[in-house]
Amino acid sequence: MSSPPYDEMRGAEGDIRLHYRSFADWLERTPPEHIAQKRGEAERLFHRVGITFAVYGEQSGTERLIPFDLVPRIIPASEWQRLEAGLVQRVRALNLFLRDIYHEQSILCAGVIPAECVLGNAQYRREMVGVHVPGGIYAHVAGIDVVRAGGGEYFVLEDNLRVPSGVSYMLENRKMMMRLFPELFATRSIRPVHHYPDSLLENLHAVAPAGEERPTVAVLTPGAYNSAYFEHAFLAQQMGVELVEGQDLFVEDDTVYMRTTRGPQRVHVIYRRVDDDFLDPLAFRPDSTLGVPGLFAAYRAGRVTLANAIGTGVADDKSIYPHVPDMIRFYLSEEPLLANVPTLLLRDAAQRSEALARLGDMVVKEVHGAGGYGMLIGPAASAAEREAFRQRILAAPERYIAQPTLALSTCPTFVASGLAPRHIDLRPYILSGKGVSLVPGGLTRVALREGSLVVNSSQGGGTKDTWVLAADGES
Amino acid sequence: MLSRHANELYWMGRHIERAENTARLLDVTYRTSLLPYQVREPGLGWPEPWSVPLITLGLATAYYQRHAVLTAENALRFMILDPSNTSSILTCLRAARESARAVRGAITSEMYEDLNSAWIEMRGYDYERIQTLGVSDFLEWVKMRSHLFRGVTFGTMLRDEAYHFIRLGTHMERADNTARILDTKYHILLPSVADVGGAVDYYQWASLLQSLSGFESYRKIYSDVIAPRRVAELLILRDDMPRSLHSCMNLILDTLQVLCDAQSHELERQAGQLHARLHYGRTEDIMRFGLHEYLVEFLEHIALLGAEVNSVFLVPTYGAPAAAASKQTANSVG
Repeated sequence: MSSPPYDEMRGAEGDIRLHYRSFADWLERTPPEHIAQKRGEAERLFHRVGITFAVYGEQSGTERLIPFDLVPRIIPASEWQRLEAGLVQRVRALNLFLRDIYHEQSILCAGVIPAECVLGNAQYRREMVGVHVPGGIYAHVAGIDVVRAGGGEYFVLEDNLRVPSGVSYMLENRKMMMRLFPELFATRSIRPVHHYPDSLLENLHAVAPAGEERPTVAVLTPGAYNSAYFEHAFLAQQMGVELVEGQDLFVEDDTVYMRTTRGPQRVHVIYRRVDDDFLDPLAFRPDSTLGVPGLFAAYRAGRVTLANAIGTGVADDKSIYPHVPDMIRFYLSEEPLLANVPTLLLRDAAQRSEALARLGDMVVKEVHGAGGYGMLIGPAASAAEREAFRQRILAAPERYIAQPTLALSTCPTFVASGLAPRHIDLRPYILSGKGVSLVPGGLTRVALREGSLVVNSSQGGGTKDTWVLAADGES
Repeated sequence: MLSRHANELYWMGRHIERAENTARLLDVTYRTSLLPYQVREPGLGWPEPWSVPLITLGLATAYYQRHAVLTAENALRFMILDPSNTSSILTCLRAARESARAVRGAITSEMYEDLNSAWIEMRGYDYERIQTLGVSDFLEWVKMRSHLFRGVTFGTMLRDEAYHFIRLGTHMERADNTARILDTKYHILLPSVADVGGAVDYYQWASLLQSLSGFESYRKIYSDVIAPRRVAELLILRDDMPRSLHSCMNLILDTLQVLCDAQSHELERQAGQLHARLHYGRTEDIMRFGLHEYLVEFLEHIALLGAEVNSVFLVPTYGAPAAAASKQTANSVG
């Protein structure tokens, strides 16, 4: 935490970076009242459109708005090209890894990753061993969280390969910015992102069971009370496919059907936003009412494709994360283009004592945790909190990893007192099926509390529009 | 389309229509309650005007479980703001918005935004605010929201199955509600037999017509004093009167002819039979049979038709048994 964080807009001398210049000029020229009025308008529009999310642990049915900030995060063309290449490479390797561990297990045989680390992982689905999935693709949609440290270099913070969410905010934030400030888009070459749903549908079609000329795709949601329901509905609508719940589907002769007003209709590809455990009460959690009895049997028989595949959780587990660079070398014979954050595995005695010695500088995360719950941010924690966490680590060290606290880059953000730097991260969405691709952009999340490094929406984070420029230089 | 979605769309149409008609029913009651009832003869226990909406909607028992005495304030609270009352305006607007949320993909964003903002505004109302605004103005607002929703639906939505299920719901509900509102006159007793055809009787029929947006049409068509048999003709048999039973059945039959296929022939037949009774019905037969008796019978038929719509389209029974609808959440957002 010694060096100051990288400021996306300004250089070390306080000068405006080239790619932010015309935006900064516009900001300078635009009266604050105008901006304030637009901020109010954005909030009203988001409420009216109903872009809300549910917060766990609050009264049931609570809907909140994710705060939207008007200052975009801008990425110059060459920087994006490097990022894109690194992300594509990483997702390629992760899919090869998933295919491998459910088939030949060559990476385990070669000793590149300890076998017990994979096979003993709670997220490893023995049921998937030997199951063929179309194209060998497991993570059709991957959300890779990327952060920038003090020198401006990008690091991958974590991989999300189960049911990564947030892409609807990427799309809605852009729509909102274009609606509020069309003048900003008229003169700049900001690459569009709105083709994401088309691209997603194209990838889903590409992984349909063999021989399906015109596959029927459906989005499977846990229902209207799920925190990401807005997104499920949004994507189904944008793709022009049905949004189904478990109760809408049934399986007969290993074939999945929807109940429609014209009788049963076959479904070939399910973009599911329901966790593995809840997909099929006959195969996984028997108490699940969200799933479809017999779905897994139909899946095994190759009669339906699930996206993402079952069992991807083992590859985005935080205990596997440190091995991803080795996966890239092993499967692709390439050097990783995007670095990992140096990570200590606390199950290892030496790494554990190193981490415990520097707990005040470290971020400690639960291996299976997500959403910013159950983590320790050393520099921000009190001595008592650190001590409590130390005890938890010692009681079950295999459940934790530790990383140095990164000085995440900052971006100017509207707060009560005006514009102030706030920490941000970036989640691009990488699609696999018909090749590996991503739309130029992603979801930029911002920690709105001063000094906070936690950007999760459940923890008071907000979002920004993310602009990838078509060219370098002044925009 | 998905049966569950058809079900949500159908009920979205029904709930908005029900909110509007509850407002209409309260409006007629409110207008009637302003008439000079105080002149009633002592000891002649005829009911309070506020019992009428409760009786016509079959909610009297539910009301007395919540309130010991019948007052205008209690009745308005119960019919507008009570979340435990399935016909209260609050319940209807919430249910319509919840349905819209469940089928966002099947409706236009304008429709969703419309229902969402209606619900957000509705949440801002309490009894005191309604009183300050004026009961009539509030009820007018509810009607306008319903008009707006129909307009947005008509003006923005693709004429697909989803559209037809909304229309089906709207007109099933309206047929039911018009019959109930018309039947209120049966329950509003006059101070004495001598008053039949008198001034109070006249104002009661007039406010009933007004609540169904039929007053001006009545004047146009009949240019004459208000007579019960003409009111019945206007609101039951005339097919150019948009809230009449005949009009509703025309739309229901048209919609079902689009939606039905070979397997749902029986449903179409039932609707056709009910439609024929209105299409070929005569006012004098209705009046001879008894207006109240006629309306009660119609309500039974429309309920049976609703049950058939349900089993054919909305909650089909083929395939493995559907898992119970679940309100549970499973995965979390990162």
